[in-house]
Amino acid sequence: MSNPPTENASSGENTNILKIRLHYMLSEIGEAVSLLAETIYQIFKRPLQLDLLLKQLLLIGFNSLSVVLVSGFFTGMVLGVQGYVQLKPYAVEGSVAQFVSVSVVKELGPMITAFVLSGRIGASITAELSTMKVTEQIDALKVMGTNPVKYLVVPRFLACSIMLPTLTIFSTFAGIFGGFVAVVSLFGFNGYFYVLEVQKHLFIGSVLISLIKATSFGMAIAAVGCYKGFSISTAGGAEGVGTATTGSAVISLITILVLDFILNHILFNILGLI
Amino acid sequence: MISVKDVRKKFGDNQVLNGLDLEIPRGETLIIMGRSGCGKSVLLKVIAGLIEVDTGEVWIDGTEITTLKKKPLNQIRRKIGMLFQSAALFDSMSVAENIAFMLDQHTDLSEQDMRKIVDEKLKLVDLDGVQDLRPAHLSGGMKKRVGLARALAFNPEIILYDEPTTGLDPVTCTEINELIRDLNQQLQVTSIVVTHDMHSAFSVGTLMVMLHEGKQIAYGTPEEIINEDHPILQQFILFGAPDQILNINNPTLKEFTGRSTNGA
Ligand SMILES: Nc1ncnc2c1ncn2[C@@H]1O[C@H](COP(=O)(O)OP(=O)(O)OP(=O)(O)O)[C@@H](O)[C@H]1O
Ligand SMILES: [Mg+2]
Repeated sequence: MSNPPTENASSGENTNILKIRLHYMLSEIGEAVSLLAETIYQIFKRPLQLDLLLKQLLLIGFNSLSVVLVSGFFTGMVLGVQGYVQLKPYAVEGSVAQFVSVSVVKELGPMITAFVLSGRIGASITAELSTMKVTEQIDALKVMGTNPVKYLVVPRFLACSIMLPTLTIFSTFAGIFGGFVAVVSLFGFNGYFYVLEVQKHLFIGSVLISLIKATSFGMAIAAVGCYKGFSISTAGGAEGVGTATTGSAVISLITILVLDFILNHILFNILGLI
Repeated sequence: MISVKDVRKKFGDNQVLNGLDLEIPRGETLIIMGRSGCGKSVLLKVIAGLIEVDTGEVWIDGTEITTLKKKPLNQIRRKIGMLFQSAALFDSMSVAENIAFMLDQHTDLSEQDMRKIVDEKLKLVDLDGVQDLRPAHLSGGMKKRVGLARALAFNPEIILYDEPTTGLDPVTCTEINELIRDLNQQLQVTSIVVTHDMHSAFSVGTLMVMLHEGKQIAYGTPEEIINEDHPILQQFILFGAPDQILNINNPTLKEFTGRSTNGA
């Protein structure tokens, strides 16, 4: 694994440095993609390792459910207040329920959940795998004839891909409920009307969009987390583990945002979903 | 039979292995000696297929492994047991789970049978009652021995030991040396042992090699090694080996000892 070039070069060498950096970045993306490809290939190979998957599912669920609920709830409250205040001058504050539920279902539910999990789960995957790498545990796995991608990456990848949509359902409901609490308690909004409005605007298509997004975010978080964990140099030591871990959280955040944009474009503009 | 042919490996600008050749016939115990950082651990990992070489070949029982695909390589690895210098125990698992790992992964043995094998291997390395502890709760020497028990669990035909006795007390050290010799004599295991401990080198080795600057500078039976006329080698042996092993007639050694008595 090569190290990224440092920046202390004279201006004449700048273009060269830029080239090297670009080359480094591209080769990293290449390696990440090939890890992803191998992971997907290994998912379909025996054995199923259900025990490992279950362990990861529970770990993610226990670690994240409360944070996801709280984040979702407050996001919904913020949306409720903002929406009400913004819509009021146009005398359409009645649409606030629709505003909250549509934003939460299609955009903020998956997004908030993904943000929480990239910080908690993505980073901890990187920390765990990179520690295993520098302490030669990955080598030990290999020498005992076990494929580390199959044994370590596959359960984490599947667990993230399953738990993200699952937790998104929770955060979405928490968000809609948060909006409800905000507008009913602060502005005396009719609660029954709120519920009716939410029901009216909750389409299967929207839910599908939400789950597609959430699943993709889950895959991205696991892929980035595992790649950053594996790509650490054995010579990196504890310092390398720290750098890889923070790097992992930042990169998965950016990946989620970019992915969200791409998915929005595909789902809404190309496939014409609502 | 293991053979290493003209292997080169560079990390950045650091040429660690530089055209290394080595032969280990079946059933022999090869001792690898060399200064710290000379690439002994790297060599073991190359033989286990963990580090890709830049050029050169590694043959294990008639198969060239450096170009092998993952699946056949894993098949060969099942014959190999490896003790890592750092023990490399899985810290998310108990001692028993560590030792039973290969059995769990590659066989359909029942929990009970695995437990039996775990107990038996732990007894071999003179440990008991630690089955349910986590590696984090073990001392350095205990980790080493658990690592050794794990390496033995699948009854390997080839065992790679990276400093098996470093950090152990003299009594345990002797026991481990006897264990290595027994495995070799009773089960015809082919072993490669990296060690700085000349006592254990001469007590378990049937062949010895000295690495220096990425190459072998001496190779042979312990008797041949003692008589080898090479300054770096003799210096190494002089400072580590018990007196009764030294060949005082070796001209290079004479020169060293002469010098050291003059200095004293
Ligand atoms: N993964 C790696 N990346 C970069 N350099 C490495 C790597 N592994 C080993 N090296 C370098 O290779 C050289 C040999 O290392 P190795 O661990 O084989 O030494 P050794 O002979 O086992 O030493 P010791 O007796 O101290 O264990 C060292 O200079 C080390 O820095
Ligand atoms: Mg070493």
